[in-house]
Amino acid sequence: MSAKERTKESAKTAVKEKRHIATKLIPIYIMGKRYEVPEGFTIMKAMEYAGYILIRGCGCRGGTCGACGTFYRKPGDYKLQVALACQKTVEPDMYIAQIPFFPANRALYAFAELTAAPEEVFKLYPELFRCVACNSCTKACPQGIEVMDAVSALKQGNIARAAQLSFDCIQCGLCTSRCFGELAQYHMFQLARRIYGARIVPRAEHLAEMVKAVDKGKYDRFLDVLKRAKEDELKKLYQEREVEPLVAGEDWKPKDTTYL
Amino acid sequence: MSLAYYPGCTLKTRARNLEQPAVASMEALGFKLNEVPRWNCCGAVYSLAEDDLIHQVAPVRNLIRAKKQGETELVTLCAFCLNTLKRANILMKEDIAKRDTINDFIDEEIDYAGEVKVVHLLEVLRDELGWEALSQKVKLPLRGLRVAPYYGCTLLRPREVAIDSVEDPTILREFLEALGASPVDFPESTRCCGSYQVISSPDDISGYARLILDSALSHGAETLVVTCPLCDYNLGRGQKELSKKSGFREMPLLYFTQLLALALGLGPQVCHFQLNHGSPELLLKEKTLIS
Repeated sequence: MSAKERTKESAKTAVKEKRHIATKLIPIYIMGKRYEVPEGFTIMKAMEYAGYILIRGCGCRGGTCGACGTFYRKPGDYKLQVALACQKTVEPDMYIAQIPFFPANRALYAFAELTAAPEEVFKLYPELFRCVACNSCTKACPQGIEVMDAVSALKQGNIARAAQLSFDCIQCGLCTSRCFGELAQYHMFQLARRIYGARIVPRAEHLAEMVKAVDKGKYDRFLDVLKRAKEDELKKLYQEREVEPLVAGEDWKPKDTTYL
Repeated sequence: MSLAYYPGCTLKTRARNLEQPAVASMEALGFKLNEVPRWNCCGAVYSLAEDDLIHQVAPVRNLIRAKKQGETELVTLCAFCLNTLKRANILMKEDIAKRDTINDFIDEEIDYAGEVKVVHLLEVLRDELGWEALSQKVKLPLRGLRVAPYYGCTLLRPREVAIDSVEDPTILREFLEALGASPVDFPESTRCCGSYQVISSPDDISGYARLILDSALSHGAETLVVTCPLCDYNLGRGQKELSKKSGFREMPLLYFTQLLALALGLGPQVCHFQLNHGSPELLLKEKTLIS
């Protein structure tokens, strides 16, 4: 596309967007103040539309970094709702407060010295036992994690279960902000996942073997060929490379097995 | 026969020597202890403050989950869990105002009004299996083992949750007799071990232990059988301090489930004696109950 075409195209999009914006504005309340914002915007976009410049509380804009945890309520409903501002689209009359950060102490530990004994977690996070099972943490999780069950798992010394239950945690801290017992759930879970990954899950022996083989030069001669190849040759190799299909069985193998 | 079973946190960590012999023994007796899939702390200690309802949420949540699963009975093994769950259950059954407040608060779950019956494993053995049937299943009678049955508080107090007579309990004695052991009655069998007082007054721990253990020893007991991980901890730690201070000879402490497993011939491998206080293995070897 030429530069001229590109300009034309973006102008068209702008007109389209403008028309869309013109069709429907809905009221939302950001920190108690009313704004009219375009329907279909995410909370984050709506805040920017309303004039906020976000230097914190926004990160990946893709629902995985955990920077934009948000609470909101709708009139007539006592239930506190949670969302990620970059994912949730605005709804009429929602009252929004983004919680970009929530204070929570992370314990210091020498990871190499941890053995996966439950008592190590108890010692690092003794406030674990302040949990009263109120379940407010679970209700506050935008990832739908059974947070209280994971806390219970830690109390029961079941680090593996805590790690598995909290796998989707993005460390937004909303659970911690709602905790009656002042626990730092997301830090505890991170510790659980680290211990689980390093000490509990069986080591992948085939991986270690492969790393050893690579170290010993398994692929050196193939790399040498690539290093010597001309640009055209490289392009051709790249374009003609065999790619594993999106849906492939575990026994899938490329036609050319030279590199296996 | 399958029983819905609530373990409690300590049984998964420090008191594995209480739980694992119980699970193996019940299986051998034809009962399957089916751990409820989702459970949390029982509340650890029943809150006596009238307006402190938040501390009832933990036990009630466990009962709700049991009810949701269609259970009508929940078996406990830890005496403290029994006490907390059973008292919370009575509150939900009898105090309509508090029940409503708690049900309103736990709005993500079904309402609860005390539908699940909380029982202790000893009650299952006494009431569902029976001492006679138990004694017939014994493969290795604990002959000549002089055991002091120690109840502590939480199996018997307050009266409305007691699994036996508050003043003159016999359930542990009958249990021990069914296993072929020689129970040794002693007057301090229901005296408090110090419970959670030892957190605020750690120096008192040996004082509590001395009264109980001295009494058991002087009545001729070789070992003390316990049902509660906190009793085990307090008596175990207490006598360790006594032995350091005054040359007190430590007495082996055993969980009732360990004696059950041994008597059923399941062997020491399910008993985790390494977690016990007072090295019971020496005594058990002496009595040729383990090799």
